[in-house]
Amino acid sequence: MANVVVQTLLEKFPESVSPAPDFRDEEAVCVAREGLPEVLRFLYADPDTEYRLLEDICGADYPEREKRFEAVYHLYSVKTARHLRLKVGIGEEDPTLPTATGIWKAADWFEREAFDQYGIRFEGHPNLRRILNHEEFVGHPLRKDYPIKGRQKLTRPSNLGWDERKSAGNGGGSDAEAGQPEQMILNIGPAHPTTHGTLRVLARLEGETILEADPEIGYLHRGFEKTAETLTYQQVIPLTDRLNYVSAMMNNVGYCRAVEKLLGIEVSKRVQYIRVIVSELSRIIDHLVCIAANIVDIGALTPYWYCFRERENVYELLEALCGARMTTSYTRIGGLAHDLPDGWVDKCREYIRERVPRGIEETDTLITKNRIFVDRTMGVGAISGEDALNWGFTGPCLRASGVPFDVRKANPYYDYDKFDFDIPVGSNGDTYDRYLVRMEEMRQSLRIIEQALDGLPEGPISIEDRRISLPEKEAVYTKFGALVQHTKLIVDGILPPEGEIYSVTEAANGVLGFYIVSDGTKRPYRIKVRPPCFAIFQALPQLTEGSMIADLIATVGSLNIIAGELDR
Amino acid sequence: MWIDYLVWTVQNLLFPVVVPVVLLTGVILAVWIERRGAGFIQDRVGPNRVTLFGFRNAGLMQPIADALKLLVKEEFIPEKADRFLFFLAPTLSMIPALLTFMVIPFGDVLVLGKYRIPLQVADLNVGLLFIFAISSLGVYGIVLGGWSADNKYSILGGLRSSAQMISYEISMGLAIIGILIVFESVRLNDIVRMQGDLLFGFLPRWGIVVQPLGFLLFFVAALAETNRIPFDLPEAEAEIVAGYHLEYSSFKFSMFFMAEYVNMMVASGFIVSLFLGGWQIPWLPTEALVAHVGPILTAVLQVAAFAVKLWFIMWVFVWVRWTLPRFRYDQLMGLGWRVMLPLALANIFVTSVVPFVLGVY
Repeated sequence: MANVVVQTLLEKFPESVSPAPDFRDEEAVCVAREGLPEVLRFLYADPDTEYRLLEDICGADYPEREKRFEAVYHLYSVKTARHLRLKVGIGEEDPTLPTATGIWKAADWFEREAFDQYGIRFEGHPNLRRILNHEEFVGHPLRKDYPIKGRQKLTRPSNLGWDERKSAGNGGGSDAEAGQPEQMILNIGPAHPTTHGTLRVLARLEGETILEADPEIGYLHRGFEKTAETLTYQQVIPLTDRLNYVSAMMNNVGYCRAVEKLLGIEVSKRVQYIRVIVSELSRIIDHLVCIAANIVDIGALTPYWYCFRERENVYELLEALCGARMTTSYTRIGGLAHDLPDGWVDKCREYIRERVPRGIEETDTLITKNRIFVDRTMGVGAISGEDALNWGFTGPCLRASGVPFDVRKANPYYDYDKFDFDIPVGSNGDTYDRYLVRMEEMRQSLRIIEQALDGLPEGPISIEDRRISLPEKEAVYTKFGALVQHTKLIVDGILPPEGEIYSVTEAANGVLGFYIVSDGTKRPYRIKVRPPCFAIFQALPQLTEGSMIADLIATVGSLNIIAGELDR
Repeated sequence: MWIDYLVWTVQNLLFPVVVPVVLLTGVILAVWIERRGAGFIQDRVGPNRVTLFGFRNAGLMQPIADALKLLVKEEFIPEKADRFLFFLAPTLSMIPALLTFMVIPFGDVLVLGKYRIPLQVADLNVGLLFIFAISSLGVYGIVLGGWSADNKYSILGGLRSSAQMISYEISMGLAIIGILIVFESVRLNDIVRMQGDLLFGFLPRWGIVVQPLGFLLFFVAALAETNRIPFDLPEAEAEIVAGYHLEYSSFKFSMFFMAEYVNMMVASGFIVSLFLGGWQIPWLPTEALVAHVGPILTAVLQVAAFAVKLWFIMWVFVWVRWTLPRFRYDQLMGLGWRVMLPLALANIFVTSVVPFVLGVY
């Protein structure tokens, strides 16, 4: 059953589709460049499959191959709850591909990123500019022949090509044509209270109404993917903390789960349950921060403190696990760094029964039915479910639009199918619904944690495999075998088999995907993160054009854009 | 006689100096209430670290420390700013704020033998109109501050404030016409004195009792006029960064800052005088008080009553600020023109017609 789609594709497009190596039961095919648009259109429209969600497009570089570059498409069908990977090889002499923006709007920024990082040109793309790197950047940094230390110091401010437009039309100042309302170009961010120093939106205004909005990102681009290629699998974990730094635990879990899939191992039930608990705690933190920041941008500071007080309480729990509040690095490949400390379960139970609900309910009382808040958010930044899916929305933002897609229900991992919880769904996809969905998700997360604490099994916190998990520290100091094992693991690292996997988890913002290519060495050949808010933020122009500055602020807040994972 | 000179000096020189000084000192208390009140509402402590002679004094010295810090901060003037207007704007927002308080009575006329000392700086017979005339000037400070800085965010703030001030000034003016009809005077001291009467023999005839809707409208308009949340659109730090005072630093900024609090005190004093009986102590008219405790203590008690009411309203301002989110610009305009203006007109109509129908006149 697993390969029905692959079979169909092979039969339907015999000249352009060829099978990809079978690895870890993932559905993947290679597609020739010429047949790509046809295949994509078929997959999107075919009533049996309906791959309506384009999760990711990324590039990869294999200098030794005849066709040096590869574009990798990850599609998802909400209907069948299955992923599909398409791999398209492209030669170096002509690295062009037809664009997919006509089918999925989500392809827009993903294609720009592939162009930026690998120099793959997407023909027909409406706006193929660099996205993460500066516009004056020379070269394509994720190519294998680009040096890891190839930093370029570029400081010229970018105008996103708006100066040319300004001189062509009327762009602020007093030289507006007679009869035409005066327009003004306003630069919002990156140094602006709501963009937190990491986002920038250029807006063309008429009065306070936004005629055109153009988001620019990349201010927090640190080259996560390039750096990861120089580290061992275990060493990448601390870097994942910095992806979505508001809920670092979930990145740890997502990354380790991906590598474990690559290795073909399964962690013990205890580890799974603890990972569920910390993930849901992180989800609560993330939603608290998002709601708090959203409300404070709308002008009410008090609920912000109610949320942040409880967030601090949850941070206390996480700190007890790993010693850090934000940069947790708690998981390890094959397990966890530490077991739960003594008394943690009781403390956690007390916190989630008494403290966290108090913050949620106080915020609820103060804000949910507040007329000003409702007026400010209802109908603001609204998007339909179909559009949201097309833009690549996942997580609370998609569910607020009425699409009940949640990885925890659709593709359950870690016993999520055994927990009793609901997926809240909105109907209008506006800022208010996003707020409501997040509020309810926190309550559901509390339910999950409660059940996971009750059912927490005993067991090891690390798998018994000397090629993967480190021995006890005590044993390293006293036993020769353990010392050798420790040294070998640190020096040689974990050696996964050759192959590639794509693994997703439901992070606080939506689908967090890791695409990992292994060449059998201790370092990942390629890691691509599929950050949920990357797809969401690109829809900003559609969400805000025609509304006012205040609406833009409210909308950006409700999308929960975390620059750490947006820019990587 | 020397006592004549003394009374003259108190009335004409001491009050005009002391009242602004008290107001500016009141800013310290207002900021303290704001910040500690915010802390109280938000389940945290608030500023409590600044000490005076080694005592914590619950953070009361914090505003003074802030003011001193602002004084020594770097003065920044944008390159393309209109320097004259840039300098003028903070002054323009501060002076009207201080001037307006001059006509608000903080006690009944103090009668010492043959001398009658009104406990207010200027007992104008057009007191109410004076307040409206002068307080409207305050908007120039904000508009010019926004305009002269040559910053797009500042201009948006200035534009917002001018539109907002004009819209709410109308509702504000119409809201007190009911009061004028009821008390038949524009002299503030007369209005306050008449609020000492009792309705039905037990209920003080305060403005809030005879004009509840007028009070509500006036209170909302006062929030808007003082640019407080939910009407703080001219500064709205999340949207237009800090609006009209974005480019201001050092003492010019603190002028704007203090002007906001002085304006709050003026608005509170105004609300107290019109709707909460001013310096009146309920059920204790001046004559009865003088007969029992003498004129001086009466004056002290009345000033105290006025201060208590004023600071209560100030606390309500703080309370509202830390409870509500901010309006959007068009919602603010909608509220002003489509809700408050008709209500204010209806209030005038009802106030004029009902006594006529009931045969009170």
